[in-house]
Amino acid sequence: MAVEGKAIDALSQFELGTTFGPIGRAVGFTHSNLHMLIAGGLIVALMIYGMRPRAMVPGRLQSVAESAYGFIDDMLLAQVGPEGRRFFPFVFTLFMFILFGNMLGLFPYAFTYTSHISLTFTLAMLVFVLITVVAIALHGTKFFGYFFPEGAPLWLAPIIIPVEIVSYLSRPVSLSIRLFANMVAGHVMLKVFATFVVMLGALGTLGPVLSIMPLAINVALVGFEVLVAFLQAYVFAILTCIYLHDAVHLH
Amino acid sequence: MPQLDFSNPLMLSKLVWLLIIFGLLYFVLKNYALPQVAAVLDERAARIAADLDAARDAQAAGEAAMAELRAATAAARSEAQAAVASAIAEANAKATAEAEAINRRLDAQVAEAESRVRAARDSAMGALREVALDTTQAMLGRLRVHAPANDVAAAVDRAAGGRG
Repeated sequence: MAVEGKAIDALSQFELGTTFGPIGRAVGFTHSNLHMLIAGGLIVALMIYGMRPRAMVPGRLQSVAESAYGFIDDMLLAQVGPEGRRFFPFVFTLFMFILFGNMLGLFPYAFTYTSHISLTFTLAMLVFVLITVVAIALHGTKFFGYFFPEGAPLWLAPIIIPVEIVSYLSRPVSLSIRLFANMVAGHVMLKVFATFVVMLGALGTLGPVLSIMPLAINVALVGFEVLVAFLQAYVFAILTCIYLHDAVHLH
Repeated sequence: MPQLDFSNPLMLSKLVWLLIIFGLLYFVLKNYALPQVAAVLDERAARIAADLDAARDAQAAGEAAMAELRAATAAARSEAQAAVASAIAEANAKATAEAEAINRRLDAQVAEAESRVRAARDSAMGALREVALDTTQAMLGRLRVHAPANDVAAAVDRAAGGRG
């Protein structure tokens, strides 16, 4: 995707490198992991330090913490029902981890760990394993009836069963590619237009004037990326909820 | 694309660290952060419910007091009306009794006066007979008619009786 030779290098931002000097190199601790630590620290700080006042009428930070809690709680209750309460810590951790990763990635010099397909796929596999284990634990062998809806004519089984199995197996794939592609696309666009600003700025007298255009686009893109960062975390969480609903209720 | 360079050994170590950090975050949130939030939210919900109950109780008490007041007002009004009615009846009875007493006294006086009048008239009537008798005898004496006194008295009585 590196257009015009060395001029626009939009992909090096995704390259992995180690941090914390030789110790980090020895244990393979990457920039990506550093940002996970920062995101985790911010989440814990928000949820523990923010809730410290334990006020009856919450202040600003406590409101944010309570809204995040209520947001996921309502989502689980609406999608899964009261049985979904058990999965609240997992869905909450997942949502906050993705949301903070996406938001953190928008800062200059930050690494967007959600822009790696290996990471999003790992998270999606966590969800996939969870829903499969929950479904089998709750329903036993009846879980396999999920792949052939009751009442469907038997002669359709050779078509329905493979389709259902493929659709079930494709869940982690679609879940991970959606998040990965959104984050990569956004960051590549930001980088490309930021490079345009620099390139046009070096174009003599007219350059600085012209470079305002890609700069304006970048300003708009940052706002758009904030929306995408939230939206993708939301989509990941709500799809997890919907899959959990299927696992708990089997259709 | 660096994301697809799976030969990079950092790719695997990154995922191992991801699982460690994610697991740690899950553990901390599940055991420390989220129960605290739940406690605060539950406390607030309980407080709101308690306040709502208290408000509902206060409203019920207010309505009861209002009903009591209304009942008391109605009772007082009916009591006052009864008192007014009994006072009027009492006054009427008193007035009637007084009027009767006065009437009785007046009747007695009237009766007494009538009896006095009757006595006076009777005595006057008695005197009238004697006057008539004297006059008759005087007239007879002037006329030089000699009549027995008894006959004269009978004749005068007849004449007087004839007129009643």
